[in-house]
Amino acid sequence: MKLVKFIMVGFVFGIVLTKSEAVSWYRIYEMFQFQSFHMYGIIMVAVVTGIIGIQIIKKYNLKDYSGSPIHIADKDPSTARYVLGGLIFGLGWALVGSCPGPIFILIGAGFATVILVLLGALLGTFLYGVLKDKLPH
Amino acid sequence: MEFIYQTWPWYISGFIIGLIMLILIYFGKSFGMSSNLRTLCSIAGAGKKVAFFDFDWKSQRWNLAVVAGAMLGGFVATHYLSDASNVSINPKTIEQLQAMNIDAPNGKLMPDALFSNAVFESPKVILILIIGGILIGFGSRYAGGCTSGHAISGLSNLQIPSLKAVIGFFIGGLIIAHFILPLIL
Repeated sequence: MKLVKFIMVGFVFGIVLTKSEAVSWYRIYEMFQFQSFHMYGIIMVAVVTGIIGIQIIKKYNLKDYSGSPIHIADKDPSTARYVLGGLIFGLGWALVGSCPGPIFILIGAGFATVILVLLGALLGTFLYGVLKDKLPH
Repeated sequence: MEFIYQTWPWYISGFIIGLIMLILIYFGKSFGMSSNLRTLCSIAGAGKKVAFFDFDWKSQRWNLAVVAGAMLGGFVATHYLSDASNVSINPKTIEQLQAMNIDAPNGKLMPDALFSNAVFESPKVILILIIGGILIGFGSRYAGGCTSGHAISGLSNLQIPSLKAVIGFFIGGLIIAHFILPLIL
């Protein structure tokens, strides 16, 4: 099964995000109050690891597991969609203390109330799909 | 082995998260959790009414597999790998939360005041959770990514658009954490 390796990656992701407490509402609140370095440390080390890895991939033109050259698409240049969309996302992130990955992880962990957040997120995604062409991008 | 049960340090956790993103690139994919929300809308049939959801969601099965694994990981970590010492946040934060009637963690990941099953009887908290979800879903799709897609994947690839999005994330988060939560909790 081709999907097994992705389940394994997700499994490790779920464990790390739970054990680092990045899924915790408390940790997000604490981060936005600047009362701990923990979350900033996680994000910074993840990004530095990623930057080094991607630079190595680009420098040596590494291939993916199927032998095709790795191509990482650039994000489309714009400002409005990133700042406005980001701002709206940030409002939700701090309000419920979880972003999309943790929403799924917390439901898996058994927090039934987080299903309400997921339903909201699906509705929000749907609303974006409806309003997409009327928004500045 | 004791360290497995304690809070994992930021330098180990951050490193593994960075590796996860790189492994997905090696698998020919990219790390981004919020696109699964679009996939789920599409599976639910939203593509019949709205073009944005009319795509071949089966091409995204790999990402749903990541989600399934993540849910399982969340289950295993909370049920078999936790410890009463977990979530030891700043005492100042606990004091601030107490003033807003939010219970202290004492090893719990989530405050009962917002996430226990008693919440199903509180219209106010139900509304907070649903509205928060709507903002997350709408904002992440509008911005084209969330914490994983922009803050981790995008910044790792030195993308200026991702930096703009992350600045937006923090402006929004700071507004809520400093001005709105004290009003509504």
